[in-house]
Amino acid sequence: MENKKYSYMGGIFHGLKTLLTGMKVTWIEFFTKKTTEQYPENRNSLVMFERFRGTLTMPVDENGRNKCIACGLCENACPNGTIHVESEMVTDEETGKKKKVLVRYRYDLGSCMFCQLCVNACPTGAIAFSTAFEHAVYTRDKLVKTLNRTTDKQS
Amino acid sequence: MFDFSVVTNWIHGLLVSVMPLGLASFVECVLIGICIMLMYAVIAMIMIFMERKVCASFQCRLGPNRVGPWGLCQLFADVIKMLIKEIIVIRHSDRFLYNLAPYIVILGSILAFACIPINKGIEVLDFNVGIFFFMAASSIGVVGILLAGWSSNNKYSLIGAMRSGAQMISYELSVGLSIMTIVVLTDTMQFSEIVERQADGWFIFKGHIPALIAFVTYLIAGNAEVNRGPFDLPEAESELTAGYHTEYSGMHFGLFYLAEFMNLFIVSSIAATVFLGGWMPLHIAGWNGFNQIMDYIPGFVWFFGKAFFVVWLLMWIKWTFPRLRVDQILHLEWKILVPIGLANLLLMTVCVVFGWHF
Amino acid sequence: MNIQEKITGYIPQVQFVEGDTLWAVVAPAHLHDLAKALREDADMQFDFLRSLTGMDWGEDGLGVVYHLESTRFGFQLVMKTATTDREHPELPTVCDIWKGAELNEREVFDYFGIVFTGHPDMRRLYLRDDWVGYPLRKDFDESKEINPLRMTNEVTSDVTSTIEIDEHGHAVEKTRVLFEDDEYVVNIGPQHPATHGVLRFRVSLEGEVIKKLQVHCGYIHRGIEKMCESLTYPQTLALTDRLDYLGAMQSRHALCMCIEKAMGVEIPERVQYIRTIMDELQRIDSHLLFFSTLCMDLGALTAFFYGFRDREKILDIFEETTGGRLILNYNVIGGVQADIHPNFVKRVKDFIAYMRPQLKEYHEVFSGNIIAQQRMKGVGVLSREDAISFGATGGTGRASGWACDVRKRHPYAMYGKVHFNEIVFQEGDCYARYMVRMKEIEESMNIIEQLIDNIPEGEYQVKMKPVIRVPEGSYYSAVETSRGEFGVYIESRGEKYPYRMKFRSTGLPLISCLDTITRGGKIADLIAIGGTLDYIVPDIDR
Repeated sequence: MENKKYSYMGGIFHGLKTLLTGMKVTWIEFFTKKTTEQYPENRNSLVMFERFRGTLTMPVDENGRNKCIACGLCENACPNGTIHVESEMVTDEETGKKKKVLVRYRYDLGSCMFCQLCVNACPTGAIAFSTAFEHAVYTRDKLVKTLNRTTDKQS
Repeated sequence: MFDFSVVTNWIHGLLVSVMPLGLASFVECVLIGICIMLMYAVIAMIMIFMERKVCASFQCRLGPNRVGPWGLCQLFADVIKMLIKEIIVIRHSDRFLYNLAPYIVILGSILAFACIPINKGIEVLDFNVGIFFFMAASSIGVVGILLAGWSSNNKYSLIGAMRSGAQMISYELSVGLSIMTIVVLTDTMQFSEIVERQADGWFIFKGHIPALIAFVTYLIAGNAEVNRGPFDLPEAESELTAGYHTEYSGMHFGLFYLAEFMNLFIVSSIAATVFLGGWMPLHIAGWNGFNQIMDYIPGFVWFFGKAFFVVWLLMWIKWTFPRLRVDQILHLEWKILVPIGLANLLLMTVCVVFGWHF
Repeated sequence: MNIQEKITGYIPQVQFVEGDTLWAVVAPAHLHDLAKALREDADMQFDFLRSLTGMDWGEDGLGVVYHLESTRFGFQLVMKTATTDREHPELPTVCDIWKGAELNEREVFDYFGIVFTGHPDMRRLYLRDDWVGYPLRKDFDESKEINPLRMTNEVTSDVTSTIEIDEHGHAVEKTRVLFEDDEYVVNIGPQHPATHGVLRFRVSLEGEVIKKLQVHCGYIHRGIEKMCESLTYPQTLALTDRLDYLGAMQSRHALCMCIEKAMGVEIPERVQYIRTIMDELQRIDSHLLFFSTLCMDLGALTAFFYGFRDREKILDIFEETTGGRLILNYNVIGGVQADIHPNFVKRVKDFIAYMRPQLKEYHEVFSGNIIAQQRMKGVGVLSREDAISFGATGGTGRASGWACDVRKRHPYAMYGKVHFNEIVFQEGDCYARYMVRMKEIEESMNIIEQLIDNIPEGEYQVKMKPVIRVPEGSYYSAVETSRGEFGVYIESRGEKYPYRMKFRSTGLPLISCLDTITRGGKIADLIAIGGTLDYIVPDIDR
């Protein structure tokens, strides 16, 4: 680092020069395009990156079925106890075998820390993060979601 | 050039015709007082809006744009908010001084504001020691700030107030010296006279080098005088949260806020009046046609144009530089600005004596 | 030279455990003598206390593990001591030998109740003074009746206690006054614009001049080390991102590295490349934020926005590949969470091309500015000896002339194979600390440029077993995060949960040297010093 010694007047002129250099930069910035993003006006054109972790979802296929086999691995993997899987044993009428079926997949967005361990743990790829990020609600219990609700309606 | 004294004389005549002279003078005083207050408030609002937009532009953002078109109504929303907010009473504070302080600050500011000649014929306080009065009135504010810091019973406030006291009293000197330089050039202290003398060229051109130096020193010292960045130590938000007005809320805080912006305007308009010709249009000797066209632009447009240009200049400075430290601020004043100011005063005197000015 | 023989020459009773690094097990009675010998012996000079970890070994007692390093010769040593007295555990302090031990010993006292005799200030560091019990002891009672959520304010005490051993061998408690009644003590924080989070200083002032300063931590203490003891290894990963949130990539890298080292996992080269690039991007990100907040602290609000505007571009790069902006969740044990996004390489190159001229703008608007220089030059000088003694690593240490970069000292990932300069200044003042970081942005860009075009093909993750168990033993590994050495110490008993997991905070040594370097400065200097030390409060409090 240079540490020049200036005379009295030299110091003043050096100081003024550095100040003017700074003002030159702000002068240029004064006229350049502004970087503000106008949310929510740009909502329609706003595209999130596909890997963004907004909220946990359980995608369904065209028949409205999800891939969850109620194994509970995600529940075990979660460090926060965010996921709660309720299941029941159902006997398949055709084969006569007993099978675990998902009843309710409860997910508490309020305590989720988006660590992705549940998605990593899932053997069937039944859960995934969606890019939705507008989560504001008025009460906390609205953050507790049932992810397999769409299948509930159909059955 | 339109002379506003026609209007004022007409109003005076009208009032005298219906009431005795004493009562008429009283009514005029009240009217003028109301006008000053209104203008004070309106200009303050314009300043706040301008500050927000200018600052945003320097910082690559848009600034307020939600309330009304271009965020114009943001101001009214803020004023209403400020007015209806609770004024919180601080425990163990000196109640009387605590409540008094913002009014002293605003009083000093309004008195100084009244000195400014806006147009030919609109000079509220105009007498032969106008500059002297202006200097005196504008330094009342520091008393209010010291009181605010002391009476708040808050350590941050007290440090802020002490900084402010040291800073404002020091920089008063440089403001005085640089204005004195122009007084030497004009040999008058009356604002209307100072403006009249600039009919054939603004003092910054007429006084050339010494006037230019005085202008720059005045801008620096004036900026420090009104506690704005890079001299905003009394309210340095990253050190003292809000400095002397930490404990104020509601309209009491509003008054400090108002006074701060108005002081900026006052400093700028004095710079415009003393150095840039005030309401006097741009005249160039010999170019009669050009001068006549310039005369068609009303005086107050010239005045506000110049004043807001200086305001913008000061905002540019504020939004570029980091803040100084308290010892550096005093170093700058006593070791740099005051010697330069004194030398400059001498230089100007020599120039005037030998007639080296235009 | 054989360190083992040297030590035996001083204290014959020391036992040694050979391993990755040499372990010296010493009884509490000899601890202080050994520490002094290690520090002062001309052939060893263990002057850098890397990490100080409190331990509860159950039957084997309570103790402390000291990780030492010699900055002169590069030797490493782990010193271990334990006392079996669980009622009144006492160990001699080493804070007269390594100044950095002062706050660390307070932390150990807070967690384990080990009293350090001779320590000048034996108070809790993070928890409230009215907390009952010592939470990291294995027999700690967690019931809510003992430690309810207290709704009363904690009264800050102006006195502290020192425990000393008198001539009869009894512990005597002596009180020491921190602040006299007639001192002008100002609270700065926990809510203050310039403390960068919930850190609290109590500053005694003489006019504007600082006479002394006390740091109070714990306002964002989340007990992460305690939490880790009941989480599986993959679950603990989620917490490191929340320590130093501007070094999320790097802290998580350290933890993954430590676990991988313990398990003997071979990491594919592609992963190493990606991790290195990500670490450097994170460093640029952090330094840009450092620049911005420093400008804001010094009152240059406009430059603050310029820094944030440019940092946004890095966050976008992160978000596209990792899905996070601050909490990145990218490194996992054995690799990374997902392969780099197809746009990644192009975006990074664009960013570097964009960033170089921006840096020039920063220097014009701030570094060169006469006001900024006067605010920073010669302010808050930290000498090299103090920097080492406090363990103030990272940009702060390098500004004081201490070449402490872990990337050079113990190269990991790709750092051994890329060329970069370690930026070292000698001044030790705020301006040097600032310039180190500005120059490091350039060096980081150089590192990325060397790697970005050559990322080899291959796996981005090694297949791990579903349940990860770390073999029994103790492991320490460190990375250079954006603000210094971040170390992870794991003690495992072969279970799927760590027995003890300690994070060497980068910020704790930085704030422990605050009192030394702010004395005699002004309030405004404290703000400049705090800004240039560049600490992150959640990383201090953990």
